[in-house]
Amino acid sequence: MRFSIYRYNPETDSKPYMQNFDVDVKEHSCNMVLDALVVIKNIGDDSLTFRRSCREGVCGSDGMNINGKNALACVTHISSLKEPIIIRPLPGLPVVRDLVVDMTQFYQQFEKVKPYLQNTDPEPAKERLQSPEDRAKLDGLYECILCACCSTSCPSFWWNPDKFVGPAGLLQAYRFIADSRDTAKESRLADLVDPFSLFRCRGIMNCVDVCPKGLNPTKAINHIKELMLKDSV
Amino acid sequence: MNSVMNLATQSFDAIIVGGGGAGLRASIELAQSGLRVAVVSKVFPTRSHTVSAQGGINAALGNTDGSDDWRWHMYDTVTGSDFLGDQDAIEYMCKNAPQAVYELEHMGLPFSRLDDGKIYQRAFGGQSRNYGKEVVHRTCCAADRTGHAMLHTMYQKNIEVKTQFYNEWFAIDLVKTEEGIAGVIAMCIETSEIVFLKARATILATGGAGRIFQSTTNAHINTGDGLGMVLRAGLPLQDMEFWQFHPTGIAGAGTLITEGARGEGGYLINKDGERFMERYAPHLKDLSCRDVVARSSTIEIREGRGCGPKGDHVLLKIDHLGEQLINERLPGIRELSITFAGVDPLKDPIPVVPTCHYLMGGIPTNVHGQVLTLDESGKDKVVPGLYAAGECACVSVHGANRLGANSLLDLVVFGRAAGLHVQQAVREGLGYREPTPAELEHALKRFNHWNTNENGESVEQIRSELQNVMQNDFGVFRTADTMQEGFKKLQKLQERLKHASIQDKSNCFNTSRVEALELDNLMVTALATAYLANERTESRGAHARYDYPERDDKNWLKHSIYFADGRIAFRPINMKPLEVAPIKLSAREQ
Repeated sequence: MRFSIYRYNPETDSKPYMQNFDVDVKEHSCNMVLDALVVIKNIGDDSLTFRRSCREGVCGSDGMNINGKNALACVTHISSLKEPIIIRPLPGLPVVRDLVVDMTQFYQQFEKVKPYLQNTDPEPAKERLQSPEDRAKLDGLYECILCACCSTSCPSFWWNPDKFVGPAGLLQAYRFIADSRDTAKESRLADLVDPFSLFRCRGIMNCVDVCPKGLNPTKAINHIKELMLKDSV
Repeated sequence: MNSVMNLATQSFDAIIVGGGGAGLRASIELAQSGLRVAVVSKVFPTRSHTVSAQGGINAALGNTDGSDDWRWHMYDTVTGSDFLGDQDAIEYMCKNAPQAVYELEHMGLPFSRLDDGKIYQRAFGGQSRNYGKEVVHRTCCAADRTGHAMLHTMYQKNIEVKTQFYNEWFAIDLVKTEEGIAGVIAMCIETSEIVFLKARATILATGGAGRIFQSTTNAHINTGDGLGMVLRAGLPLQDMEFWQFHPTGIAGAGTLITEGARGEGGYLINKDGERFMERYAPHLKDLSCRDVVARSSTIEIREGRGCGPKGDHVLLKIDHLGEQLINERLPGIRELSITFAGVDPLKDPIPVVPTCHYLMGGIPTNVHGQVLTLDESGKDKVVPGLYAAGECACVSVHGANRLGANSLLDLVVFGRAAGLHVQQAVREGLGYREPTPAELEHALKRFNHWNTNENGESVEQIRSELQNVMQNDFGVFRTADTMQEGFKKLQKLQERLKHASIQDKSNCFNTSRVEALELDNLMVTALATAYLANERTESRGAHARYDYPERDDKNWLKHSIYFADGRIAFRPINMKPLEVAPIKLSAREQ
């Protein structure tokens, strides 16, 4: 199986280039794209650079662009892909080296939504109570793994990575707005009313298309918009 | 060549190495107290392996059953540990468990809920009420993504309390002076910049080392970095022969299927469709301790009752639980099973096999997380300035076998305990230790070595052979012959490692160099395991020997201690809890 991989080391390369690697995926029992990348690094070229950790789709390290679509290499089956498999770094963020991108802007947008529970009531001695129905409202929100596949597939984020919070950050914002235990709903909504933070979402839905956890940031964004509308009436 | 002449120094009250559950819990405690604290993590913190924990966290809340008692939790943990756990530490953990869980809930952890709004608790292996009488529901969970929910919640809390992070920085070695530990030498992975992070207190929270085995549920990053650092600093490791094999890793892939699948009512079957745990453990069946279930599965496979064309695995059946329960309580394992086994557990059983999962041993500490060594007369001695918490530490609350869902508990209880003790120590005047240039140089040695070595064997060559040796010679069942053979192979590998090299010498995000530095840690971790596994001539908990099949309390009711120079020593087990009567030795119920 042929892999065509984006290479760039700023220390030695004046510009990026694509490099081909042929891997006998049967011989090396490679099921996932990550398996093949590891084989290339182990026995082909140890300078090939990518992030990886859990290899089971839950740590969010190995988001990359595979045959034109953002995905996690560790849960993308090689057998589901057309040859040659073209692998590039996540688009829209600065490349550090090969498949490693600088995620600073992505994390900054995440932090901007104050992604932690705010509750000004005194803490009870035991747990705060939450009905199963209220808890169910967090399903589809809390499972985000911060892999950045969504935000880096979003044209609005490409244009305004410094001002548009992006699908991942907005999903987190709604995760706390929707939490019955959070008392900062109003200030959370107020933080997003400017023309950029939320309203640069054009409903393109690339985020929904690529999310490796099957989450739906567009839906969360629409819920936030509805709440803003309700509050302003 | 990096030398200490141009070495930048940054000073903190506390440095935490590792951004998983234990590290992030310690940092919350310290940042809230106003101390200057920084977390050094080789990955962005939410990529740490805590994120993969599924089943839950134990605390005697009694939410599902109406009542529970931390003393019953303590009893289960002591007996589950096959009496190798320290009873003072287990008492501390189980007593503090409810508070630890409530703290996480207040931070925002999205626990699953009961109809009355309280935290949902499920059954898990080895948990009982009334000192072993009936099954209890003690495991608090967020569906089957508890580790993910916990790690993200604590990272979020750290954003709120403004903890400083050195993300994607790799800690190379401890800086050790005559007086104690002065801090760590760390490298920025993106730029290769080297900094001496100087601290009044250094807390190691580097997690596990399952990557010494070929087949493991552990992430690529679980390479025993803290264990290597401690050994190279001339300090000991404890109980390194005790590695937990989880009964349900997905066959072939190694990814974990939570014990919660059996807690919710799933069970294991062999090729005849027999629910074989009923034969091995008539009372607790599939919810026996992990070592018992892993051994039973291994015996089934070895005696020809395994499943699949090669007969090399058993099956975990959960389809009878129904679509609604699976989608609500076990959605993550359904996803993993479809992805990695090609099986939808709504319809078909999941192929599983015992897989290396967890290190019970590690860096010996007291209940405050202070790292211990032995003085000349063999007595415990606190190492000034050094703490450890979480999987890399050995308090010891897990002894010879950890109960499921006690590890997330260990992380938060002892991460917090270490944070509390550091605060107190700083208040009482804990100062800095000043290293000499030679002491700093020492901590840089292996970094320089990998930069200058040329034309040697590759990291992968040595690593794969090491993993192969551990898998074949130090697995679920052990025996003197194979272990001694494995031990010799490891010694040869250690010699070869000295001449190994990396081709990539770039200073830009050099992951080859990181893997080489990790291999140093895997190597010494494997050796520590081999030394102590050979030494312990009994079967206890996860250490099961064909040649010594019985537990031997007369000779082996003690912790084993290993130093990098091959010295072996022993420490007594603490059988003196502070508040309750000691739990007396008994045969473990199956």
